Amino acid sequence: MRNKLRTRRHSVVLNRSAGGDAWISFFLIILGVIMFLPLYYTVIQSFKPLDELFYFPPKFYVINPTWDNYADLFKLMSESWVPFSRYIFNTVFITAAGTFGNLVLSCLCAYALSKIPFPGHGFFFQLVQKSLMISATVGSVITFIIISKIGWMDNLLAIIVPAWASTLGLYLMKQFMDTNVNTSVLESARLDGASEFRTFLTIAMPMVKPAWLTVIIYSFQGLWASGASLFIHSEELKTLNYAMTQILTAGIARSGASAASGVIMMAVPIIVFIISQSKIIETMGSSGMKD
Amino acid sequence: MFKKTKEVTKHGNMTKGQWTWHLMKQYKVGYFMIAPFMVLFFLFTVIPVVASIFVSLTDYNMLQWPNWVGLDNYITLFLDDDLFITAVKNTLIFAVAVGPSSYLLSFCVAWFINELSPSMRAFVTLVFYAPSIAGGAYTIFGFIFGSEPNALVNGWLLKLGWIDSPILFFKDPKYIMPLCIIIALWMSLNTAFLSFIAGLQGLDRSQFEAGAVDGITNRWQELWYITLPNMKSQLMFGAVMAITGSFGFGAIVTTLAGNPPTDYVGYTIAHHLEDYGNTRMEVGYSSAISFVLFLIMIGANMLVQKMLSKVGE
Repeated sequence: MRNKLRTRRHSVVLNRSAGGDAWISFFLIILGVIMFLPLYYTVIQSFKPLDELFYFPPKFYVINPTWDNYADLFKLMSESWVPFSRYIFNTVFITAAGTFGNLVLSCLCAYALSKIPFPGHGFFFQLVQKSLMISATVGSVITFIIISKIGWMDNLLAIIVPAWASTLGLYLMKQFMDTNVNTSVLESARLDGASEFRTFLTIAMPMVKPAWLTVIIYSFQGLWASGASLFIHSEELKTLNYAMTQILTAGIARSGASAASGVIMMAVPIIVFIISQSKIIETMGSSGMKD
Repeated sequence: MFKKTKEVTKHGNMTKGQWTWHLMKQYKVGYFMIAPFMVLFFLFTVIPVVASIFVSLTDYNMLQWPNWVGLDNYITLFLDDDLFITAVKNTLIFAVAVGPSSYLLSFCVAWFINELSPSMRAFVTLVFYAPSIAGGAYTIFGFIFGSEPNALVNGWLLKLGWIDSPILFFKDPKYIMPLCIIIALWMSLNTAFLSFIAGLQGLDRSQFEAGAVDGITNRWQELWYITLPNMKSQLMFGAVMAITGSFGFGAIVTTLAGNPPTDYVGYTIAHHLEDYGNTRMEVGYSSAISFVLFLIMIGANMLVQKMLSKVGE
């Protein structure tokens, strides 16, 4: 892919009018500003001292930046609810445990679906592909009953374990393996007497590193944002996103604090994405759905 | 890829069933490898969806043994439940407003980004993708559209003299739907968008050069005759993602406008489902609701697949 990009830069650019290029730049800039503004404003708000928060009309820049709002966040929450760090811990724990399980299970399953011709592999993959077409809401009522029968009410497992079987990561991983892991390489390993599991671990897995990152980021992104859940009642098991919603509904005195919590929410997944962007795009190259 | 399984239909003196059994034994490690994922996938996704079809034909409420009631739940839903009709209407409005526009927006932005130099591309991709990845970031609209006179939008509207007193954006029925749609669009450049960017980057340059020789004179023709037909599988995947996204909408309304929102404006099927399923525990009835949602989503997917098959013709 990289080669292709390079030739593109040096080759004659075809069918491009200057007017069209200008319009495209114009459109991208306007739209980009609109997309970016709410995030930018949140960051600015989070660094404003109290008197600047009360300016009318609100300014798009900060004169005396301060960390007060972040400190407030921890102070505010420790007075009335469980400590703010508890919400952060819950979210980090859910995200880490859920993402790890999803990665391991998706890799195993994707490898078998892609490289082992057992009867029924097509059926299972079709089922996974079809599941992408409906949102989780459809099964939510029965899922609720299943979780409560298992006895996971008010237990973080109710969020973590179902996330292990989230299908988007599996789908992308399987598609990536189809195009990027050469079956004949696996075949020769098998002929050398390597077990299927060993082939999977030592040959296939190192070849799909970009897809690992993609599975990780999708799982991460979803779990990091998990908010109020029907399964969790105890305050000490609630998540960062839940806490943030609470702070927001509390009103003006805390608007700096809610911006600060927004920044914490946003910053982590965005940083993870920046690190893994090129690998994710690489994985997405094989994301296409064939029938 | 797995030609081996299908290339021969007769294997010595084995019948088809025996041959399948033989393959199952030979490749049994495959079943072990998919088992952990599939057990959980069936338990938390497949069984709930399939079960809801059957449960919807009963009056199950978690306390008593269910009675078979046939289509009663569906009859009540469509004839006696005005709130359900409101929910279906709102859900469809949201889906129609958000789905197609987010899809087109994803494609256009991806296409435009592809015209940029590779170094700019990564940065611009980040700017457009950030809102959707920023995890529940839509909560920030709570203070951007806050009801105080010094909240961002109200502040500037007052300053410019366009309004006399602050607007209660998320309480006023006039604003709830449009605002939630705009917020959904803001964060809708997600998986489909990345898939399009990747698809466009992977296109074979020589096809465009051949196209230019064959008389393609502008980028629009190039788009329709070369780019789109070559990206059909990505377009398909993107559509599935966009449709699923456009129905997963209730969360934005709940967070910003509350549940139920003022006058049930912005009340969706997901809210109705939660009300009957998780609050009132009328499992039979709420299963009927979820089956209707299921049919709507499948219908939307089929419709879009049909439309996409026309691309490039």
